[in-house]
Amino acid sequence: MGETKERIFKGGAFLIEDLTGEDIITPEDFTDEHKMIAKTTEDFVIGEVLPKVENLENHEFEYSVELLKKAGDLGLLGADVPEEYGGLALDKISSSLITEKFSRAGGFSVTHGAHVGIGSLPIVFFGNDEQKEKYLPKLATGELLAAYALTEPSSGSDALGAKTTAKLNEAGTHYILNGEKQWITNSAFADVFVVYAKIDGEHFTAFIVEREFPGVSTGPEEKKMGIKSSSTRTLVLEDAEVPVENLLGEKGRGHIIAFNILNVGRYKLAIGGVGGSKRALELAVKYTNERKQFNTPISGFSLTQEKLATMASELYANESAVYRTVGLFEQRMGALTDDQLKDGREVARAIAEYQIECSMNKYMCTELLDFTSDEAVQLHGGYGFMQEYEVERIYRDSRINRIFEGTNEINRLLVPGTLLKKAMKGELPLLQKAQSLQEELMMMMPEEVGTEVLEQEKYLLRNAKKMVLLGAGLAAQKYMQKLEKEQEILVNLADMVAEVYNMESAILRTEKAISKTGEEKNNQKLLYTQVYVQEAFNRIEADAKETLIAVEEGDTLRMMLSSLRKLTRHTPTNVIKKKREAAAAIIEEEKYLV
Amino acid sequence: MNIYVLLKKTFDTEEKIAVSGGKIEDDGAEFIINPYDEYAVEEAINQRDAHGGEVTVVTIGDEDSEKQLRTALAMGADKAVLINTEDDLEDGDQFTTAKILEAYFEDKEADLILAGNVAIDEASGQVGPRLAEYLGIPYVTTITDLKIDGENATIEKDVEGDVEIIETSLPLLVTCQQGLNEPRYPSLPGIMKAKKKPLEELEIDDLDLEEEDVEPKTKTIEIFLPPEKEAGKVLEGEVSDQVKELVSLLKNEKKVL
Repeated sequence: MGETKERIFKGGAFLIEDLTGEDIITPEDFTDEHKMIAKTTEDFVIGEVLPKVENLENHEFEYSVELLKKAGDLGLLGADVPEEYGGLALDKISSSLITEKFSRAGGFSVTHGAHVGIGSLPIVFFGNDEQKEKYLPKLATGELLAAYALTEPSSGSDALGAKTTAKLNEAGTHYILNGEKQWITNSAFADVFVVYAKIDGEHFTAFIVEREFPGVSTGPEEKKMGIKSSSTRTLVLEDAEVPVENLLGEKGRGHIIAFNILNVGRYKLAIGGVGGSKRALELAVKYTNERKQFNTPISGFSLTQEKLATMASELYANESAVYRTVGLFEQRMGALTDDQLKDGREVARAIAEYQIECSMNKYMCTELLDFTSDEAVQLHGGYGFMQEYEVERIYRDSRINRIFEGTNEINRLLVPGTLLKKAMKGELPLLQKAQSLQEELMMMMPEEVGTEVLEQEKYLLRNAKKMVLLGAGLAAQKYMQKLEKEQEILVNLADMVAEVYNMESAILRTEKAISKTGEEKNNQKLLYTQVYVQEAFNRIEADAKETLIAVEEGDTLRMMLSSLRKLTRHTPTNVIKKKREAAAAIIEEEKYLV
Repeated sequence: MNIYVLLKKTFDTEEKIAVSGGKIEDDGAEFIINPYDEYAVEEAINQRDAHGGEVTVVTIGDEDSEKQLRTALAMGADKAVLINTEDDLEDGDQFTTAKILEAYFEDKEADLILAGNVAIDEASGQVGPRLAEYLGIPYVTTITDLKIDGENATIEKDVEGDVEIIETSLPLLVTCQQGLNEPRYPSLPGIMKAKKKPLEELEIDDLDLEEEDVEPKTKTIEIFLPPEKEAGKVLEGEVSDQVKELVSLLKNEKKVL
């Protein structure tokens, strides 16, 4: 460790940097060991969890506990826990692959994710030595199970508005907590809760609260639309007595923990979305090969093919983007010393650098899952509406992902907000770039696009980045500090930025693969990239146009629109043709393949 | 106890088989440990844990076979040996495999050799028994239970659904049948340890074998997929007419009567 030849990029830097395939980590870079870890996880989910899904969906949570302990025996709970505390301290690619493979377990993947992620990580990152010593070895084996309690009935997105209070008792030995935490995953059986409360109603602080502490109880099980296999209850704190040594991190600095944990939660949800989408696509293509109408398997109809290929192209771009983000963490951590790596806060900081990427991945990949699960149901026709079919559950389970770990709307607002903050602080020269772009556009001449592989896509990417800078630059100039009130524009920008990140990730991954194994072996990747880039570009163009129209008027608007037209001039890819070709291989192999 | 496992990589059971140019296409196919060999690995680990000793997993294959060996090491085997024939042999059959293994075992003191009952690809079930013959040791196929006490072994053998109980002695070769045990998943700590375990690579040259010594005794004339199942036919009309039609179809069309 500590020695790395890789370039380390700042969060958000993709908007202005020119990269090559070698700069990013792609799924093609996974080692045999990564693949073995993924296989063990997959075999465990298929062999142990799926046979119990019915029980889990019926809230027989003794099975959740049993399965988590079995997962612990295999090491599936210790990936992110340091070795000195009984964990495996695996790299982030390994722990991401575990998350991806768990996604097939539906609601149980939420149970697993809450335990290893938001439940255990606050202690991994911010616990002191005694707290780590006490809790982590047992959390890594599943002897203790964890939950995370932030949300309250009246504070969701506005987490700092929490009403739960903590007050030091007279003896100075315990904090007395009072309040209600709502929708707490794993609450039926968790032994340890990370709870946020305001000391003296003022200082937002995290605590490690054990179920057995006096004054701690849970409410009745909630009845949910999806992820029914996971337990969701209210955590009730009535004069709950929490020993002072269980204060986590620093008094009044709970928001630092909450913010860092959310980042992790977000990219992990994104990975889950990618895993779930692969399953949805697989079920859809198998079904459409089997189902005959008019004496033809319905996969023989080009409209089915269009759906399958669109799902796969979107999946490819999002998969490329989310593993690129995981690669960014890895690259950054690779530059840390061994001592720094042992300090959880440094690891959390390495991840927090990429909060923009985490947020983008979250909203893009959870919407990917909504899209693919919706299409998978559609391709099943009436059967997809029946509970006997797995897609029915996937569809219901998908919906929550756009809501928890920060709604997709909150995450969208965060992206341009954070980018602008970075620009203001001088961390990213975005505003300078935006300025020079406006001059460049005045005298821009149409560019001749070559016919080399990926050249068109790279051209569209360059221009898409310029559209983002144009929109963001104008909006920042016009509204200045008041830009945060223009939420529609911020969301347009967030969508454009995320599409750019996905486009670029797909292009670079395909470029890297082709440079290693040639174009013929990577035809599928190329088709997905061509399709995605074209369709994303169209969406970006629409968002850019709407943004310009909202920001400018009259002659300036006309001038800006003409600049935009210069940027969008190109001969579009025939996506219908490309999709048919991509679909043929998917239908042949009956799964998502690259 | 010196325990050896004979292991073969096979197509993943989920894999679709395609034949082109008289060969099975394996481009981009996923490979796994032959499922019956997994029982052998599991049994070897259990016997070692009960009686002490060392488990060595042996495979004949190519560079990619390392993956399956690493998986066996991650399950808990101690050492692995890859006899890489990629550059030396065009093709081989059960004779080839058994001959190479004979040469490999020449200077080994094996107490117990475990193999799968059959490989799910070519399903000959011959390699284990042939090797035992060459080595001059007893063998029992399709075992579902194995108890070892000192030099003696008590074995339950699956005989077309019935159980035969056999007593024999070490050194011994057995082939493993479904029901013998439940192979474990390679644990994550196991996977991490596996990369540090020894994996020896040999070529037939290292075993003092020439290509002629292991030339296959059989020739593969043709490889083809089973015919696709055709749609069934529903006969209609009076029952007596249907019977007549059926008989005529069986006689004239299918020529089975």
